[in-house]
Amino acid sequence: MYEILSKETFCPDIKCMVVSAPEIAAKARPGQFVVVLSHEMGERIPLTIADFDREKGTVTLVFQEVGKSTYEMGTFGTGDRFLNVIGPLGRPSEIEGFEKVVCVGGGIGVAPVYPIARGFKENGAHVISIIGARTCDLLIFEDRMKAVSDEMIVCTDDGSYGRGALVTEPLVEVLDREKGSVERVLAIGPAVMMKFAARATKPFGVKTIVSLNAIMVDATGMCGACRVEVGGRTRFCCVDGPEFDGHEVDFDLLMARQNQYLQEEKTALDRYLEATGGTRHARV
Amino acid sequence: MPESEKSSKPKPSKAPRTPMREQESGERIQNFLEVPFGYGPEEAVKEAERCIACKKPKCVEGCPVQVDIPGFLSLVKEGKFLEAARRVKKTNVLPAICGRVCPQEAQCEARCVKGKKGDPVAIGNLERFVADYEAAEGAGALPEMPAKNGKKIGVIGSGPAGLTVAGDLIQLGYDVTIFEALHKAGGVLVYGIPEFRLPKDIVQREVDYLSKLGVEVVTGEVVGATVTVEELMKERGFDAIFIGTGAGLPMFLKLPGENLNGVYSANEYLTRSNLMKGYLFPEADTPLKRAKIVAVFGGGNVAMDSARTARRLGAEVHLMYRRSQKEMPARAAEVHHAMEEGIHFDFLTNPVRFLGDEEGNVKAVEAIRMELGEPDASGRRRPVPIEGSEFQVEIDAAVIAIGSGPNPLLLDVTKGLERNKWGYIEADEENGATSIPGVFAGGDIVTGSATVILAMGAGRKAARAIHAYCTGSDQG
Repeated sequence: MYEILSKETFCPDIKCMVVSAPEIAAKARPGQFVVVLSHEMGERIPLTIADFDREKGTVTLVFQEVGKSTYEMGTFGTGDRFLNVIGPLGRPSEIEGFEKVVCVGGGIGVAPVYPIARGFKENGAHVISIIGARTCDLLIFEDRMKAVSDEMIVCTDDGSYGRGALVTEPLVEVLDREKGSVERVLAIGPAVMMKFAARATKPFGVKTIVSLNAIMVDATGMCGACRVEVGGRTRFCCVDGPEFDGHEVDFDLLMARQNQYLQEEKTALDRYLEATGGTRHARV
Repeated sequence: MPESEKSSKPKPSKAPRTPMREQESGERIQNFLEVPFGYGPEEAVKEAERCIACKKPKCVEGCPVQVDIPGFLSLVKEGKFLEAARRVKKTNVLPAICGRVCPQEAQCEARCVKGKKGDPVAIGNLERFVADYEAAEGAGALPEMPAKNGKKIGVIGSGPAGLTVAGDLIQLGYDVTIFEALHKAGGVLVYGIPEFRLPKDIVQREVDYLSKLGVEVVTGEVVGATVTVEELMKERGFDAIFIGTGAGLPMFLKLPGENLNGVYSANEYLTRSNLMKGYLFPEADTPLKRAKIVAVFGGGNVAMDSARTARRLGAEVHLMYRRSQKEMPARAAEVHHAMEEGIHFDFLTNPVRFLGDEEGNVKAVEAIRMELGEPDASGRRRPVPIEGSEFQVEIDAAVIAIGSGPNPLLLDVTKGLERNKWGYIEADEENGATSIPGVFAGGDIVTGSATVILAMGAGRKAARAIHAYCTGSDQG
């Protein structure tokens, strides 16, 4: 089990893997995540499911190499196996009963948006998608998103591809244009992007769901490492989420908690790169 | 060491209790190795000779799984250590673990006649000795296994309750599969209890033993997520299910600042250290911060484990407990070890709030002094805050070890499974039967946080009930 059946390198630090995990594929629903453990001394890495195929028994995972564990996962190739892939975890997205939705994805956040957008579409919604990345090379899943969207807007921060804008700009325009007919916004990306997407939609009064990527350990509700505050209440991202109402989330707390191991992460990565003779990806 | 010749029955020794040699405290706070070294054969014989072999042994009554204590002690006296180990294993599949973590002082040893006028026989130390002796001798003769009866049992959770159920039922001819949500089997024995109290290779040894008996151990399978109880029974052909998922929901203090960086549940702190081997970071990939000053809140064994872990990671540790030492639920031996290791105990002290810096890291805890008032529902005197006695302690990490509740992940998706008002599974105390026919439960998920041996006792009862259910010898 957990064999990597195919691997694609979207750009030097973003990898996409199709992994054999029939039991998880059979159960997976849009919005859920898995935990990947590469080896005995490894770290349990939560990754939102980017796609699943029940018949082939596979799940698709997309990750960016930012720390030792993800750099190391990136060295796994077709035919290699992870020690464990655990899931599907977290509550699935609400995808039924919408007529018009906007799906916003930023960076590798576009990957987890994809199965949710597809779910909206399959359930009869008109799907407007806005996907973005810092620069052209980092834009992923464009074709897939296009296939499940009725309208798609692509933007890059630096204007190297599509429209030169942050995703929040077209988001506001679309909500303006649609005059209250958008029933739901889904936004997944870096915490700061989700924070501003939620802030942008608030004046429109449209419910905005975000998927939070808190640090987790067991990811089954046992440890509370992934505590987030939503509407003033402490919730566990792993079992109560990962999706929450973006208008209620304390994003500053989320970001502070995401940064709590920066020092250790640097130590581990430096040590790993030194041992393997690897080099750090140019961008942070 | 060869088993010695049987000699004429020796008189009980009048010698004092034989102490276990252990790592000196200054040395052991530099490592995660086990603290006591365990008896050697001579020490074991000497200690066993203190047993007066009562006609009506009270010690057995004090044991939740009724280990034949006089029986195994007399074998130790005769130097028949392997036979002694087998005698223990008849009723206790995890002797190396129980010998280390059982609260013997409140169970078997509390009932020992010798304890009336001095120290009781060190039954726990001897249990540990025979189990380790057998393992070291590699006396791997497996018990004779019965023919398979064609029935399949699913055990959810690989902690002490689940391991006991699996061990009992495999020896009755069942096909047994254990489903463990984490990537390593052992449950709390692996994620909760630190290496220095229970070495993980001992847990692995016990799990391996069950595997050798034919138990299938599936890790990384979250029942309730990957598969449901209903599917196990209807689609995968399991005839009965045992739920032993433990009390895996951390309790928090619900105080301001509790979500600051550096404030951990004991579950997180210990899981990072034990299961993920964070104490070896960066050799292991999961980080565990090496804090300078750590406050631990709570007075149970988990609080002691957390404090002693923090100490070994180089911290100055303050353990704050809202009652006095007398009310502490932790084992006396653990408290004693913690004190030896230089942990500061602040009794009658309760946290009020956490203070942080601009980056969201905890930098201090404000606490208040308490005094004991009238007895509460638990019979212990209720701690009452002393007004105006607030004070602050600078810290850079805090561990909350005030207990745990029932993890709802599996319970929420198991239709028809009744729960009590605290959210634990409503199960028959005698046989573990739940509101769903064929589904049994035991251990912390029924009782709330208790001990390894009580979970094993519940597992044993449930195994018997499952056997009765599957053979139609009860109403189910």
